[in-house]
Amino acid sequence: MKQSKSLKRTVERVIQTIFLLLGLATVGSVLLITVYIIISGIPAIREIGLVDFLFGKKWASTATPPSYGILPFILTSVYGTGGAILLGVPVGFLTAVYLSKVAPKRVKEIVSEAVSLLAGIPSVVYGLVGMLVLVPAIRSVFGVPDGASLLAAIIVLSVMILPSIVKVSITALDAVPEEYEQASLALGATKMETWFRVSVPAAKSGIAAAIVLGVGRAIGEAMAVMMVSGNVPNMPELFQSVRFLTTAVASEMSYSSGLQRQALFSIALVLYLFILLINAVFNMLLKGGKKQ
Amino acid sequence: MSRKTPTLSKRRKAYGIVMQTLMLGATWFTVALVVFLVLYVMIGGLPHITWEFLSTAPSYLTERIGILPDILNTVYIVLATLIFVLPLGVGAAIYLTEYATNRRVVVLIEYAAETLSGIPSIIYGLVGMLFFCQFLNMRTSLMAGALTLVIMNLPTIMRTTQESLKAVPQSYREGAFGLGAGKWRVIRTVVLPGCIDGIITGSILSVGRILGESAALLFTAGFAHAVNGLFKGLSSAGATLTVALYVYAKEQGEFDVAFGIAAILMLLTLIINLSATVVGKYFQRRKNS
Repeated sequence: MKQSKSLKRTVERVIQTIFLLLGLATVGSVLLITVYIIISGIPAIREIGLVDFLFGKKWASTATPPSYGILPFILTSVYGTGGAILLGVPVGFLTAVYLSKVAPKRVKEIVSEAVSLLAGIPSVVYGLVGMLVLVPAIRSVFGVPDGASLLAAIIVLSVMILPSIVKVSITALDAVPEEYEQASLALGATKMETWFRVSVPAAKSGIAAAIVLGVGRAIGEAMAVMMVSGNVPNMPELFQSVRFLTTAVASEMSYSSGLQRQALFSIALVLYLFILLINAVFNMLLKGGKKQ
Repeated sequence: MSRKTPTLSKRRKAYGIVMQTLMLGATWFTVALVVFLVLYVMIGGLPHITWEFLSTAPSYLTERIGILPDILNTVYIVLATLIFVLPLGVGAAIYLTEYATNRRVVVLIEYAAETLSGIPSIIYGLVGMLFFCQFLNMRTSLMAGALTLVIMNLPTIMRTTQESLKAVPQSYREGAFGLGAGKWRVIRTVVLPGCIDGIITGSILSVGRILGESAALLFTAGFAHAVNGLFKGLSSAGATLTVALYVYAKEQGEFDVAFGIAAILMLLTLIINLSATVVGKYFQRRKNS
């Protein structure tokens, strides 16, 4: 009897340890990714020099002598993301206010479903539609020789971040206490004034989090952007063919070697640092919103 | 004499009308966008889907392009990913809700999961290539791709399971403990059956994500188009449907093929979204009753 009890205890302890290890798998994965990205990203930065690498305006990895400046990629990613936010946020935000405050339950359900579908469509499908619809359209509307450009990428990205913005904003707007709105209505404000001047400010940190999430999605997107942006390492201009941080890594990886390959890992490191920063801001905003 | 009703100033009225129009406009725009995307891909793609397209491998001799290998590769990678990610994710969730007593460990694990879900897939692809393909010497193979996707989908499974575990009433656990059951027994008989809905929802979401993933697979699973059995397939390189779409559209200019694959992917996305909603509603109703 006593023996079986101690056996039972050992079994319990073993099982608890197993679950602990499973729980730590996420932590292990984050460590693995961080360590690999840092270790493989540092050598090329050391060899090229941090300033030359980050602020060099010319990327010519296969030329002799090669030149490894990633400023074009950084700026393209920043402008591309900024543009996508500029286009996507107003649409997403207004849709979210409508769905959260105005729409009847049934409409809200159906439109939310449509927005989820938007989130589920694979990025290569966006890329394909962009290649076949957007790129020719830009070429003929703006009369430029090639429609594969920063503008095409911005439009595709703005559509791709729409679901994140709508969903997170709706969650934030739904959580605004009804008393706020009732008080505002009782004081004589119209419904529209109540929603935009009471509900929206009350949900502002959640909406800000939605925008930051959109930034993260846009800056990390690779395949769709690769298919519509032309992929030439130019400094960013709206109608120029450009290369993003993500696509810079993806486009040369398959045939790269030596310092060129290491430089690609360094680009990934820069991208990773951007993402960590964005994640930190996102979490801060969400936590800040909860505390209020 | 009629009573004077309070009237709004012109400016306030205009504000209301403008905001109303903008909101409706934005919502209609969003809906129109979704409808356009679905119809465009379906109308452009469905005509290219024939039995031969679905059931053959590409052949240079007959200049025929079939996507059977890509379909099989996708199925293999989905299966392999789920087999690994389910125990990991469910286990992590069980640890967090049932075992963890140290607040710091909980915060650490949850923060790690949040970080994971924010990392872009190209970074996963890169680390997968370095770690699984090179360090663990798995070369470019479906298995390496699947293991990369395991890390990517870990937070999803963990979160959905956690949500459903929170809904298991504490009294169930207490009842089982009161009857003399050990912790492990309580988990097996009370907790696990209670989180089935979370596991199913998580699996559906993960399948959707795996189907749509391309950047993480390009350098880990590669882009070969050979028909293989499950085990041979997992150890050799292969393109999933999304990767095949990319290669056909971008590298080979075969837009008809790409369109056909896009239509299949769109159809699968529709099915997955629909089933996620239906399953979610079903479990919700069961919980409420």
